[in-house]
Amino acid sequence: MEYEPVIGLEVHAQLLTASKIFCGCSTEFGAIPNSHTCPVCLGMPGVLPVLNKKVVEYALKMALATHCTINETSNFARKNYFYPDLPKGYQISQYAQPLAEHGKVEIEVNGGKKVIGITRIHMEEDAGKLIHDEYNPASYVDLNRAGVPLIEIVSEPDIRSAEEAGAYLKRLHEILVYMEICDGNMEEGSFRCDANISLRPKWETAFGTRTELKNMNSFRNIQRALEYEIKRQRYVLENGGSVAQETRLWDDAQGVTNPMRGKEEAHDYRYFPDPDLVSLTVDELWLEEIKRSLPELPLKKRERFVRDYQIPAYDAGVLTSSRALADYFEAVAKLSGKPKAASNWVMVDILKFLNDDKREIKDCPILPESLAQLITLIDAGAISGKMAKDVIVEMYETGKSPKAIIEEKGMVQIADEETLKKVISSVIGANPQQLSQFLAGKDKLFGYFVGQVMKATQGKANPQLVNELLKKMLAET
Amino acid sequence: MKLNELTIHELQDKLRRIEVSAVDIVSSVFDRIDAVEGKVHAYIALMKEEAYEQAARADEDIKQGHIKELTGIPIALKDILCTKGFRTTCASHVLHNYIPPYDATVIEKLKQAGAVFTGKTNMDEFAMGSSTETSYFGVTKNPWALERIPGGSSGGSAAAVAADECIASIGSDTGGSIRQPAALCGVVGMKPTYGRVSRFGLIAFASSLDQLGPFTKDVEDCAIMMNVMAGYDPKDSTSVPMDVPDYRSFIDRGIDAWTVGIPKEYFIEGIDAEVMTAMQETIKLVEKAGARCVEISLPHTDYCVAVYYIIAPAEASSNLARYDGVKYGYRSSKCRDLLEMYKKTRSEGFGAEVKRRIMIGTYALSSGYYDAYYKKASQVRALIKRDFDQAFTKCDVILAPTTPTPAFKIGEKTDNPLQMYLSDIFTISTNLAGIPGVSVPCGFAGKGLPIGAQFLAGHFEEGKLIQIASVLEKTAHLKSRRPNL
Amino acid sequence: MKITKEEVEYVAHLARLEFTETEKVRLTTQLNDILMYMDKLNRVNTTGVEPMSHAIALINAFRQDVVWESLDHELSMANAPETKGQSFKVPKIID
Repeated sequence: MEYEPVIGLEVHAQLLTASKIFCGCSTEFGAIPNSHTCPVCLGMPGVLPVLNKKVVEYALKMALATHCTINETSNFARKNYFYPDLPKGYQISQYAQPLAEHGKVEIEVNGGKKVIGITRIHMEEDAGKLIHDEYNPASYVDLNRAGVPLIEIVSEPDIRSAEEAGAYLKRLHEILVYMEICDGNMEEGSFRCDANISLRPKWETAFGTRTELKNMNSFRNIQRALEYEIKRQRYVLENGGSVAQETRLWDDAQGVTNPMRGKEEAHDYRYFPDPDLVSLTVDELWLEEIKRSLPELPLKKRERFVRDYQIPAYDAGVLTSSRALADYFEAVAKLSGKPKAASNWVMVDILKFLNDDKREIKDCPILPESLAQLITLIDAGAISGKMAKDVIVEMYETGKSPKAIIEEKGMVQIADEETLKKVISSVIGANPQQLSQFLAGKDKLFGYFVGQVMKATQGKANPQLVNELLKKMLAET
Repeated sequence: MKLNELTIHELQDKLRRIEVSAVDIVSSVFDRIDAVEGKVHAYIALMKEEAYEQAARADEDIKQGHIKELTGIPIALKDILCTKGFRTTCASHVLHNYIPPYDATVIEKLKQAGAVFTGKTNMDEFAMGSSTETSYFGVTKNPWALERIPGGSSGGSAAAVAADECIASIGSDTGGSIRQPAALCGVVGMKPTYGRVSRFGLIAFASSLDQLGPFTKDVEDCAIMMNVMAGYDPKDSTSVPMDVPDYRSFIDRGIDAWTVGIPKEYFIEGIDAEVMTAMQETIKLVEKAGARCVEISLPHTDYCVAVYYIIAPAEASSNLARYDGVKYGYRSSKCRDLLEMYKKTRSEGFGAEVKRRIMIGTYALSSGYYDAYYKKASQVRALIKRDFDQAFTKCDVILAPTTPTPAFKIGEKTDNPLQMYLSDIFTISTNLAGIPGVSVPCGFAGKGLPIGAQFLAGHFEEGKLIQIASVLEKTAHLKSRRPNL
Repeated sequence: MKITKEEVEYVAHLARLEFTETEKVRLTTQLNDILMYMDKLNRVNTTGVEPMSHAIALINAFRQDVVWESLDHELSMANAPETKGQSFKVPKIID
């Protein structure tokens, strides 16, 4: 029987605010345990939460970028459960009235396009961190992360393969990072994903029993876990078994998913409206303001690059992979008026330099103005492409402008016919043996003469002109 | 009269005229505490050392000519208010050793106004109770009759004022916890409009109902305390950004041509005959002062107790989840793993009434019961509020008894939680609707037990309450009666 | 019966409380009395009534995204029953 996977994803993205969602403690990662805490995020008796406005603004940005309907009124609710990383014994989240609902994102798989629905986006606070002691029967609680703002993005069960899941996650990740509302760092947990997955016979419309997958901390692991789980559930079903509804953890080392140990706690979270927080109302005016602040999103940018700059879709994809890189490319393209050349230099040279040094585009010593100047100099024939390859290395190393480097090194191309003619005649005169062989029909020696001219001019001669003049002068001999 | 028996405004006059010092006042209060605290047990902990320091500082300020609203006035604090560096227990074993690292907003305001703190007063554990019998630190006695309860949950704060063990005190009112003990102890107690006084630093019982307010010896002191306590606080999202009037300006304005609503649902069978008589006397006094009393109806009154005892425990079950033995407070020593730690810590740390309410609240929110209990109660709550909205289109204020009976005997209702819950019948609706209420002494029962009358007004109309309460106080002539301790 | 002893046990577990057998029996009776009393709410027609979760209807109470000084680490931990290094210590977790 042919089975079809049905996958829905829950993404938690940490928002890049300076302070926590309900108090003024820093959200900075990696501080000494429990140093970014205060009575509010420690859940001390008597404290009250006050909502960070920027969290709402960032969440609204994501909601607009994913075409959600923004609820005019939304509310915070308490999700009640006991765990040592949850200082109040409840998590402040949104339940009955989330910030946004009914959104969608477009993904590309196997050259085709597909729309994945978004059920809801809501705001909530993160929990702290729990470290289990390997040798003693104890765990340690660090509450620095407690109260860091999160948005949860819940997809519709529209995803049909691990590959689609990967494409969807990369698209969400890209949008979040593009809008600079999440740093997207999966290792530090800034972008986390849980998956719900079930299988059903291809013709069936009802859903099968699903499992929930957790503990996957990279795009690769999410795809691997889903692929494994699809295989596992198919095996179970094909052998007449039934899938148990359970939470399973991805074991990266073994490459398998395992059921969470022990008895699973009944999910009875006793959600109710948080009486300490008031309703959130988003009016048209505020929404317009957020809309105006939205950057052009990657997909739109990609299409525009292909259309306006006539560059291949692949190149456009690479160049728009980050907002800073796209801005860099666009600056070079505009300043030089040569988008194709700009694309080539950025894709080949700049990205290689950065990659070798593990640098970000924002730290690139070559300013867009300098790269545009280099392209203009090549175009004007002032330097050769070959010379330019040396110049750009120098530019990257010193941060100097191409003009400065060319002048310093006397690298200006010799394109003056009279000067070149003189050099050519002295080269011809200095090589009588090669000349006679050439005249006797050994055409290959033409290259030898070119090389001698280039050598005599220290590579500065305009190669095209050298070719032209050498041909003419040899023929005249 | 001794200094500790005077009111805030009387003492402030004396301080201004340099007839007495703040240290004199605080000494007289602690002398009184030494004399009667053993009988009354109003306090969980005294702040004697701090009080003398504050009083000395107050005297310095007075010398410099800086005299603020509460300079040198000894005030007692319900042990539900977080005091930086001073143990705050909420009368619970689970917080028996908790020292807050911060001050409640109201504490900051009182400090800024120059107040002197006498100590932390006894209360029902986590403010859950109507008799101050559920405290981990023992029972507080009614200064008027030591075998009787002082009311609750702010019983310690009410008893401290009644017994002159302080000049004024702070309490919190979730379902009557200020007004009911004020009535039973014969003092003035006000629950302000929800959102009028910051809840930051008030240890939460039921967040949508809790409100802080003062206990005072007279209505003018109530106005003075409200002037200090009220106001917007950016640390409390539910505090209301609205200007606060000078409440003192409402004293002695009279109530000529006012309409006073008498809710028929509050004058029912089961009310103590002496309470009923006192209420009839009060109506007469109010009418004599120029007001017209009209019968009004609050049709959903009968549902208040049921609504309250779903919503308050539901919120409490969540608010009290933080007492888990991880970050502060009590932790059971008998735990081998995390689940045991939670269960033993909470079972040993909380008293029976607190556990009972956590159970009710957890049940009311649990899967399958939310709609039938929490949601239904929240809907009826909206109807109760609507009753008041409609009533206040017909009257300026509402007059009702604060309690159905005078103070009952210690132990009388401890075995029957439902009977205990029903003693809050007249005070609960105010909290559900978020409106302000004040209880003022209006008479005495035959056994010498005080009886209180309660005025209620629309949102943010505390001024009106002070206005009518001051009229009643002047005409009832009860101020000079003191318990014989 | 509004609530059975089994339900009392389930709710107790949710609330992380434990009771002795005697307490459970007593509590079941008391909760039944209280819940029976609550039944009177069923007499109220609440069709179309918006539930009231706040005493005063306010909207949009915000703070700006400004970092404040956190609590001194020592004070954060001062009330903790058990600590290790800079962290709170709890007994092992059995899933």
